[in-house]
Formats: sequence, C-alpha cells, structure tokens
Amino acid sequence: MADLNRIIRRRKRQDFIFKIIGISCMLIGIVTLLALLIDLALDGLPRLTWHFLTSFPSRFASQAGILSSWVGTLLVMLVTAMTAVPLGIAAGVYLEEYARKNRLTGFIEINIANLAGVPSIIYGLMALGLLVYQFQLGQSVLAGGLTLAFLILPIVIVATREALRTIPQSMRDAAYALGSTKWQVVRHHLLPYSIGGTLTGVIIALSRAIGETAPLITIGALTFIAFLPPAPVQGEAPFVTFDWVWSPFSVLPIQMFNWVSRPDREFLANAAGAGFLLIIITLSMNAVAILIRYRVRKRIKW
Amino acid sequence: MMDMNLTDETGSGPQTQAAKEAPKPPEIAPSRETIASEATAQESFPPAKAEVRGLNFFYGKAQALKSVNLTFSENRVTAIIGPSGCGKSTLLRCFNRMHDLYPETRYEGKITLEPSGINIIGPETDPLEMRMRIGMVFQKPNAFPKSVFENVAFGLRMQGEAKSSIEEKVESALRAAALWDEVKDRMKDSAYALSGGQQQRLCIARALATDPEILLFDEPTSALDPIATARIEELIAELKEQVTIIIVTHNLQQAARVSDYTAFMYLGELIEAGPTKKIFEDPSNKLTDEYITGDFG
Repeated sequence: MADLNRIIRRRKRQDFIFKIIGISCMLIGIVTLLALLIDLALDGLPRLTWHFLTSFPSRFASQAGILSSWVGTLLVMLVTAMTAVPLGIAAGVYLEEYARKNRLTGFIEINIANLAGVPSIIYGLMALGLLVYQFQLGQSVLAGGLTLAFLILPIVIVATREALRTIPQSMRDAAYALGSTKWQVVRHHLLPYSIGGTLTGVIIALSRAIGETAPLITIGALTFIAFLPPAPVQGEAPFVTFDWVWSPFSVLPIQMFNWVSRPDREFLANAAGAGFLLIIITLSMNAVAILIRYRVRKRIKW
Repeated sequence: MMDMNLTDETGSGPQTQAAKEAPKPPEIAPSRETIASEATAQESFPPAKAEVRGLNFFYGKAQALKSVNLTFSENRVTAIIGPSGCGKSTLLRCFNRMHDLYPETRYEGKITLEPSGINIIGPETDPLEMRMRIGMVFQKPNAFPKSVFENVAFGLRMQGEAKSSIEEKVESALRAAALWDEVKDRMKDSAYALSGGQQQRLCIARALATDPEILLFDEPTSALDPIATARIEELIAELKEQVTIIIVTHNLQQAARVSDYTAFMYLGELIEAGPTKKIFEDPSNKLTDEYITGDFG
C-alpha cells in the first residue's frame, strides 16, 4: 500500500509540474503581447486626437496627422474587398461544387493552399511587374488594392470551400431531388447556408491585408502624401466617380514605417498612435467575424 | 449469383408458374416475369406506371444492379426489401437520376415512365425533368434551414410556379401530408423547430407540392420513433390515391403493412416480386423465404 501511495504521489507531482510549465508558457505569450499593447497605448493614446485624424503628415511631429493614410487604407481595402471577395467565392464554389475531382483539380487545390503561404513581398514583386508596369496602373489605389486582393484570394477561396464542406450532402440531395439546377442549388442553398463561414474567412483575410506593408512599398506606395484622392461622390452629375482609384496613396502601416525610421523621437509617438488605431481596427474586424459566426451557428444547426 | 445474366434463373420460378396459371398468351408472359404476371394470375392488375427492363447499374467498375426487371403499378405502393447492400436504394435512385450527380456511374437498360413510355434513364432524357416529375423522400428528414412555408414552396419556385398560386399549393401539400393542422400557425417558423416526425412529413409535403407522378421513399422512417413511424405509414397508405409510391425499407413489418406489392432483392438482383401477401406468406423462392423468416439479413 505504501508503495502504491508513493507512486500515486509521484505521478500527481508530475501532473502538477506540467501544469506549472503550461501556465508559464502561456503567460510568456500573453504578458508580452499585453505589455506591447499597453506600451503602444501609453505612447500613442495621447496622440490620438481629432487633429491627428484630420491632418496630413507634416515635418513637425506635433502637427502631423494620419488623414491621408487612413483614407488610403480605407480605399485600398475597398478595392481589395470588391475584387477578392467575389472572385474568391466564385472560385471556391467552382472548385467545391462544379469541378470534377481529378488530378488537375487536386493539383490546383494543393497550390491554392501553397499560395496562401507565399511571402507577401513576392506578391508585391509580381504586382510591380504585372500591374504597375505591364498594365500601366501606376502607383495607384487600384494597383495597391489589387495587390492585396491577390494576397488574400487564396484565403478567401479556402474559407469558402471550408464553409461549403460543412453543409451536409443531404441538403444538396434534397435540393437536387426537387429538380434544381446546380446554380439554383448554389444560389438558394449553398451560398446562404455557408455565408457565415465565408464572411468570417473574408474578414480575417481583410484584417490580414490591412496590416500589410511590404507589397505596397514594393509597388511604390508613397510614404509622404499631403492630399486626398478625389472624392468618390460629388455634388454634380454624374455624382459617382472612380477617379480615386488612379490616385496615389499611402496606408497606415506605411505611414508608421515612415515615422519610425525618422531620427526625431517625437515621431515615435505618432507611429504608436497610428499603430494603436490599426490594432483597434483589426481587433474590431475580428470581433465582427466572431459575432457573425456565433449568430449563424445559432440559426443553422445541422 | 455472381453471373450477370441471371434473369432466367431468378425470374423463371414465378414466371413459369404464373404463365401456367395465367390466361395470358405465353409470348407476353416471358417479358412480364415479375409483378405483372403474378398479379394477373391473382387479381385484376392496375395499369403500369413504370417498367424496369434489363436494368444494369455500375458504380465505376462495380456492378450494383444486375438485369433487374420489375413493373410498378399505378396508384399502388410497391416495397423493395432486401439485406443491406442488395441494391434497393440504388434501384430507387435510378428513378430520379440521383446517380447522375456522382461521377463514374453508368446505367444500362430501360426504365419507362408510363403512359408516355419515356425512358427515365435514357441519355436523351433530362434528369431535371425526371426529378420534377418523380419526387423523393430521404432516409433522414432533410428540411432546409428555412421557414416551414419556404420549404414546401421551394420546389414550386424552382419550377417557376406563378406567385399567386404558390400559397394555395403549399397549403394543399401540407394537408396531403397531414401536417397542416400542426403548422398552419407556424408557417414562418424555422423548419428546424419542428419534431423529427413533423420534419419528415414536411419533406413529404415538399415533394408533393409539385404534384409528382411517382413518389420515392428511401427508408423514410429509419430515423423516427415508433409513433412518428406509424403516422408516416398511415400517410403513405392515404397518398397512394394520388401518386404511385415506391418505398425502400429495412423493416419487413413495414413493407407488409404499407405495400400492395413487394420486391425482394439480393446482391443486386431481383429475386422475387409479387403481391405483398404472396411474398410474405407463400414466397416461391427459397432465398425470399429465408429472408422473410429472418434466417439472414
């Protein structure tokens, strides 16, 4: 009996030791992140004023703002979302529902997964050659948005396919048995039932794109820009213009990069302010994704 | 049993017997070796709604159905029984061309839809048309995650039914499926708020809404409790007034209760078919007898 108790005590001790190790490992990650966030907030929050949001960059740190870069970020993300989302969903639906399962589609599938792992600067190089020089798009919002669209396209495709795969075969059977065409099944069943999963993937992809710097610098996004693109909506006919897509731009992370690389330490506070805003935007996007997923899961249970 | 060309061996028992008893000309009898010939011998035989002739079916290289010949009577319930893997669901799914949705499937032979004589599995026949004319109810209730109303209306919408008549047709389908009284105040609720048995009757209503000529049931009660099962069986008995019914079932008692004719399949072949009473009380084939009495399967 004493022997048995000794063995049990030893095993319980091992259990306890591992628990301690696990907690410390987790804390290293969490605490570092929290410290970073708090440091960023302490440096940056005092700079996050209305004036900061509505001013152009300046030679003087206290005058400088992020107006052109957050507008740039917004417009670039708009182009990215408007191109990558429909393309990615359509490609995902095709691969999952229409394409025959053979070696070619298997090869395409593997490579889409691979594309998701390609370093973003490679996409920048491709965009520089293809979009900027070949298609003469220049260093424009359009070129920047398309570059990021290429970057997140594989993520959107994979998310769409994953979402489609969670729909049970019995739903497809039921719809087909009523005489639906493939498109009717996709349009009336698969897309509505998978939209939660797809949107979650899309938002996570966009929140990755919003922080990308390297590919945009590669295609030549400006680091100092003191004007806004033409407004998309105007007071006189034709009211909506797309001139803004040809405008040069900067984005928040590039603005940060610019400020951090300056010798003047005052600019560091500006970078921290912009960084804090960027983190808030990313976290809110992820929160929206979680909310959508939660609501859809409550509505549709297979 | 593994021989492909077994029509003679498997069908000959009932066929020759029937030919002797039946007052039919002998040159017709050999082609109607199954239900038709037997039925003529014993009762007045209702017109055929579908005739399966020399049907072979392949999943890739594996043959799942071997020269099946079978006649389905109009406004009657025909049950297909047999042990797992005997091909009964495969046969059922030929009728609405569900196999076309999967790669590497192949049909040989004919299934004619009477009275027009159109070949259901013919390559020239549009599977979509067949699925609109032949409804199907599946093993597990598979209502769409939409409202009760939208579930039933879906087939009508797919077929371009006029908006004005949809509401009326949804109601009559729900009445036919004996569900109207339970859901008439819950039309906008999600179908998933209904019980399993109600969901299965909703699926029946969904299939009935487009007024099909044949209704296929693929083990429709295997996921339901005994009370819900009894209601579905009652419903099937009522529905045969308006539609020809083919039901695949694992449950022999169910086949005995609901069907007018029964077909017994084994290893992809049709072993015996005839009036349900005869199959259950006095089967001609030894295999059928063993299966009915529970010796295997």
